[in-house]
Amino acid sequence: MSIRPAQAQPHAPRSVKDLRLGESGTICCLQDPEMALKLLEMGCIPGTEVRLNSRAPLGCPITLVVGNEDYTLSLRVSEAATILLKD
Amino acid sequence: MARATLISDPTGAAASALTLEALRDVPPRSHRELTRIALIGNPNSGKSSLFNQLTGLNQKVGNFPGVTVDRKTGISQLTAQHRAEIIDLPGTYSLYPKSLDEKVITDLLYDQASDQYPDFVVVTVDASNLRRNLLLFTQLADLGLPAVLALNMMDVAEQHGVQIDIMALQQELGVPIIPMNARKGVGIAALKIVMSRQLGAPTKSFYEPGEDLLPMIRQIRYYFNLHNDYLALHYAHQFRQISFLTADDKTYIAELVEKYDFQPTPRQAQETIDRYARVNDILLNTVTVVRTEKNEPYSNKLDKVLTHKVWGYLIFFGILFLMFQAVFAWASYPMELIDEGVTWINQLVQTNFDGPLVSLLTEGVLAGLGGVLIFIPQIALLFAFIAVLEETGYMARVTFMMDRIMRKFGLNGKSIVPLISGVACAVPAIMSARTIENWKDRIITIFVTPLMSCSARIPVYTVLIALVVPPTKVLGIFNLQGIALMGLYLLGFFAAIFSAWVLKLILRTQNKSYFIMEFPVYRWPRWKNVGLTIVEKVKTFVFQAGKVIVAISVILWVLASYGPGNALEQAETRARTTAAQQQLSAEETDIRIASEKLENSYAGLFGRTLEPAIRPLGFDWKIGIALITSFAAREVFVGTISTIYSVGQDADMRTVQQKLAAEKDENGQPFFTPARAFSLLVFYVFAMQCMSTLAVVYRETKGWKWPLMQLFYMTGLAYVSSLIVYQLFK
Repeated sequence: MSIRPAQAQPHAPRSVKDLRLGESGTICCLQDPEMALKLLEMGCIPGTEVRLNSRAPLGCPITLVVGNEDYTLSLRVSEAATILLKD
Repeated sequence: MARATLISDPTGAAASALTLEALRDVPPRSHRELTRIALIGNPNSGKSSLFNQLTGLNQKVGNFPGVTVDRKTGISQLTAQHRAEIIDLPGTYSLYPKSLDEKVITDLLYDQASDQYPDFVVVTVDASNLRRNLLLFTQLADLGLPAVLALNMMDVAEQHGVQIDIMALQQELGVPIIPMNARKGVGIAALKIVMSRQLGAPTKSFYEPGEDLLPMIRQIRYYFNLHNDYLALHYAHQFRQISFLTADDKTYIAELVEKYDFQPTPRQAQETIDRYARVNDILLNTVTVVRTEKNEPYSNKLDKVLTHKVWGYLIFFGILFLMFQAVFAWASYPMELIDEGVTWINQLVQTNFDGPLVSLLTEGVLAGLGGVLIFIPQIALLFAFIAVLEETGYMARVTFMMDRIMRKFGLNGKSIVPLISGVACAVPAIMSARTIENWKDRIITIFVTPLMSCSARIPVYTVLIALVVPPTKVLGIFNLQGIALMGLYLLGFFAAIFSAWVLKLILRTQNKSYFIMEFPVYRWPRWKNVGLTIVEKVKTFVFQAGKVIVAISVILWVLASYGPGNALEQAETRARTTAAQQQLSAEETDIRIASEKLENSYAGLFGRTLEPAIRPLGFDWKIGIALITSFAAREVFVGTISTIYSVGQDADMRTVQQKLAAEKDENGQPFFTPARAFSLLVFYVFAMQCMSTLAVVYRETKGWKWPLMQLFYMTGLAYVSSLIVYQLFK
């Protein structure tokens, strides 16, 4: 399993950043290798479902519910943009 | 014991599993020395509750060898005969440290030869979030460390409908599992029994490093004489950060890493993915989630209000305001009691005994001690507030709400914790900046944290505000003095933010800053934890700061009581002559003599030398003495002026405040005018006057560059600001 995005995407892939409030998506891959280490440890494994739970008052950071457990992760929008979703 | 559903194993395979019954046959540990047990787990897995349950008040805080991170240890009475030393490690998500805070753990667990190496580890795991929590456990098991799994928060798991087959999980993980609820103390007794036994290494391994890596791993393993491959792999990953390796050791590993073209980042990523896959498999067979329909969690509902655009910030500022009111208003009652108690003892000694030693005891030691003890209520209240904010999970929300704003100033949402803790004391606050992964964010946070008004400034603020600001009520509820106090805190805060912004423009870095963190659910604070935090902080303050303050008070007394050659005798004669000429009363003569003597003492000499430099700020030589002594620690200020002004004053001038109010300038007017008081206040808001802070910054930044810059920057800022204030208002 690669942590890098597949080459030559036909259209720009969606990332966690593009989720609407309450919307879920399945993680496809993580774009930033350094940041991926931290995200993986926190449970953002490719194939895991994440749901956009809330946004901070100023729009950033955001909180995600990771997996089907009641576990919430907070991260910045720029970091969320490195988590690509499956179509 | 456990409220989780224990499903019996129909196949009978549990016979080989480690059960409590089976453990009874394991011989108890030999009692030759204290068993050393490390407590490790994810943040928010109830580790500190467990530590507090195990050790109670038998805790002490020291430093890890070589680093300044707090190392909390405690003694636990496991059985009637068996005591163990428990080491509380910082919370971490994996054995790959992402911050300095987590590095402490690897430094401890990688060095088997160290005399600090634990006999075994207790891994605390949040039963309601097993998947992520077990990641760390599998890594620890692969290091070959004997372990017990404390399956904590069983009650929360049950509420979430998570049912855990403990027997099956125990068999899968290969270590004893104790289901528990550390907050309520459930399962502690069982855990203690297991902890008192001789535990073997875990029987299962969870990850194989991969055939292609074995040549490199084996070379490292045999070179360092390590007991397993996985530890050797960690050496290959992290040799640059392992503090106990020598330069030669590092070069050796670096060459191997190069020779075998070892790519740490993808390897580590793959390891985490593999481990999660393995944990998923294990959970599939051992955990069932019964209730799937979910009510919106109460945390989410609370967050709708507490992190709301408007209410969120209003509530946050409300809480801060409450904190300052508490520290100023509520703490004043016990403080008055302490003040009066010390004064009473002082008078008791003075009326019953006589001689130079009595003067040393009352004007030196007791005056200094009073200055220490009077702090206790305020420190206790501040740390109580901070502990509750941390315990409930609210601090994470503050971080969340402030990140965007803080980033504009070169800080990080996580900087809020050091900044708010800085209100209590800059020393632990600067150490808490270790959780900030990014170097630049961390340096900026460390640099500006001492500008936050710490509790050591409170006595200075209290005394001077009470002197020049009337205790009028504003809008019926707010005390004008309280508002003035808050103003000083805000002044410090804005100075910190502004300085951070300037530094952001100056410092250059390649490192990316990140903000990936767990968002804990709201919990009721555990009052025992809050209580223990308060006790710990007050103890640290009284014994650490107290020593310095009392010592300086004594030195000051000596400096104020003696002078070069026979300067004091001459001063006395001079004073008597003038007094006789002016036909002063006996009482006035005494005062004249005392002040003339002080002026000619060593202390007076120091103050006078400094006076030309501080006169533009409105300060005289007496304040000069206090400024000098404050450079050791600010809290000495009150003790110093109390000593200086008590030399030769009436016995009925009891409190420091009365002494200051009675002080007259050359024209017979009150010396402490609002302009002088505010100039002095502003000086104390900005000036770097704390040796402990400088020492901790030196250790945290590994050099003198940052502490020296802080010293010059803050003191310069203080001088210029005071100058402006005094010249504008005089």
